[in-house]
Amino acid sequence: MSNTKALSSITQKVIMSLMGIFLIMFLLVHLGINLFLLPLTENHREIFLASAEFMSTFPPMKIMEIGLFGGFIIHILYGVIVQLQNWKSRGSKSYAVASKTKATLASKTMIYSGILVFMFLAMHIYQFYFVKLGLNTGPMLEGTHHPDFYKMAIDLFTNDAIFSTIYILSFVVLYLHLSHAFQSAFQTLGWNHPKYTPIVKALGEIYAIVVPLGFISIPIYYMIWG
Amino acid sequence: MDLKLKIWRQENAQAKGEFKTYNVAGVSSDSSFLEMLDVLNESIVDKVETPVCFDHDCREGICGMCSLYINGRPHGPDDAITTCQLHMRKFKDGDTITIEPWRASPFPVIKDLVVDRTALDSIIQSGGYTSAKTGGVPDANATLIDKYSSDLAMDAASCIGCGACVAACKNASAMLFVAAKVSQFALLPQGQVEKTKRVQDMVARMDELGFGNCTNTYACEMECPKEISVTNIARMNREFLSSKVCSEQ
Repeated sequence: MSNTKALSSITQKVIMSLMGIFLIMFLLVHLGINLFLLPLTENHREIFLASAEFMSTFPPMKIMEIGLFGGFIIHILYGVIVQLQNWKSRGSKSYAVASKTKATLASKTMIYSGILVFMFLAMHIYQFYFVKLGLNTGPMLEGTHHPDFYKMAIDLFTNDAIFSTIYILSFVVLYLHLSHAFQSAFQTLGWNHPKYTPIVKALGEIYAIVVPLGFISIPIYYMIWG
Repeated sequence: MDLKLKIWRQENAQAKGEFKTYNVAGVSSDSSFLEMLDVLNESIVDKVETPVCFDHDCREGICGMCSLYINGRPHGPDDAITTCQLHMRKFKDGDTITIEPWRASPFPVIKDLVVDRTALDSIIQSGGYTSAKTGGVPDANATLIDKYSSDLAMDAASCIGCGACVAACKNASAMLFVAAKVSQFALLPQGQVEKTKRVQDMVARMDELGFGNCTNTYACEMECPKEISVTNIARMNREFLSSKVCSEQ
């Protein structure tokens, strides 16, 4: 059998994990801003809009934005490539009795949770980012050409129960993806250490629960009290 | 014990293959799994039919020759043992036992339950040699090795190359096997001379042979009869990355 990999199996996984860690950090920033959709302070709307404005106009953020899209594309692309190679390695004959090995559900379903998260991402970009680009219509801030992301989000969470349900379910899937992703990225990078790996695993579990829960809290708040 | 066995029968690598059902009666719960198969084969030979082919050699859990995917687990329902060390007391009277060969593209079926595992030998060969001093017999204490590292190296070296890691992995990845072989040298001073070339060559050979990528499900570690740890995979990744980044080769 000939080698069809342009990069070695380890290099491919290292690229995936580095991009994954980058996306994990981005998600935290995104949550930090989104939480101001909730009435945490009196001027929460102004803070949210100012953050959105900063993210879309501050020049270094433009570079970060390109990096972010690159990160997503590389992570997804290699996720698919690695999976196709793995299916080929497993071969056409599968076991008659399904595996009884106690590997976690999250670790066995990364490609599927990844595809679902990607579908959410595509919807999210169409609904919000495309408005910024002028490719989709949405409410604008008075007297400006900047989209009113605050109004868009609150309207959706308050009035569109289907959207809110999809949103919540997507973050449950993201929890599944992250619960394996975090410690797996460290393992791939060779960071397995008797002292620090338990800390990495604990941090990963906390992150995988807290961050999706943070995102989910917003539609839940508006569905109940909106 | 009376058992119903569903066994994969395949004439050769090209044949399609199918499950055949056999009933075995009066199996002692003290017999090993392979002895149970011996009893089955004797009854098949008595009927002038072809016995079931399966790999075995030492039958004491150290050679890595026996395989078999039994009821959804490599080496059967017990932990940290090879199939030859699995005893029938782990099953109940009246059980149906499904026995399949290792499934992975780099392990083609030769016949029935026997698969070709020379791919693993080929990876070991690609690792090359270790340079050693010539001349008189060296003093045993001349090379100092700390106990912790020597224990870890010994743990890695206990890999018997049975291929259960590949069979258990949903990606048919051989990372645990290769990691054990890389680690047993990487942890010792004797392995340092060729360490850069060794890890690169072994990983390249592993990819060339069509083994899958590691996605850290750790199924390999759970099914390894020698309990080789996935910390070895992280060590191999470190060795590989540092050799790629730092080495001029």
